[in-house]
Amino acid sequence: MTRALPVRRPPVSRSPTRRAFVAGAALVTMLPFAARATPDDLAAAIRQLVGDATIDTGRVKLDLPPLIENGNTVPLTVSVDSPMTEADHVTSIHVFNEKNPQPYVFEARLTPRNGRAVVGTRIKLADTQKIVAIAQTSDGRFWSASADVIVTIAACIEDVN
Amino acid sequence: MANVLINAPKTAKKGSTIEIKALILHPMETGFRPGTNGRIIPRNIIEDFSATWNGVEIFRMKMSPAIAANPFVSFFTVASESGAIRFLWTGDEGLRVEESVVVAVT
Repeated sequence: MTRALPVRRPPVSRSPTRRAFVAGAALVTMLPFAARATPDDLAAAIRQLVGDATIDTGRVKLDLPPLIENGNTVPLTVSVDSPMTEADHVTSIHVFNEKNPQPYVFEARLTPRNGRAVVGTRIKLADTQKIVAIAQTSDGRFWSASADVIVTIAACIEDVN
Repeated sequence: MANVLINAPKTAKKGSTIEIKALILHPMETGFRPGTNGRIIPRNIIEDFSATWNGVEIFRMKMSPAIAANPFVSFFTVASESGAIRFLWTGDEGLRVEESVVVAVT
């Protein structure tokens, strides 16, 4: 015998003034980012790098925490599956972002002397967004990987000193 | 003078791949943040980092304001011959910092 239990709902009463305040507060916190990059800027920056070449997914691994408490310092490692020989090696690794003020993060130049195509650093993230890593191999092809991350405290909003 | 921290093995076997970590104390001011007076704090970042081993460039990184303060970089290299690895950071406001470590390859 089953009977639907009565669901108790809390009374919903949001006054328009409170709503306006929340919207206003959200707007104020957004203001310093008036000049932030957009997904279009990300696409344009990538297009500028690769030109008309196609970008294949795979070979590149992008390691960074999926949930970031502090966007000011985010550890990031890009590793590319490559033998790093004279005939087949990674020549450069590029990292882009979607919503920081600029779409570029860094560009690393590699040679067969590196032995392993792994680069680690720490970056800033202004918002919950997508990160894209692109590696160019010695045969001229481009490989990419992307990661979506959630940022709870954004970087570079105001001077904290 | 800027403070630099380098982590590299003192000795390495010939042909082995070693990891090198380099950190420099630097604010990496983005140029996008307003300060306490409401004015934008001027940009002051490191733009370029490079490592050369006995004169041969083994690694180079072009940085943007999106690199965290006190830029940390780690990379790998094949130990081919004993010698000095020279690190060079250059950036805004005429910044130029050099540091070198010696690795003995056996």
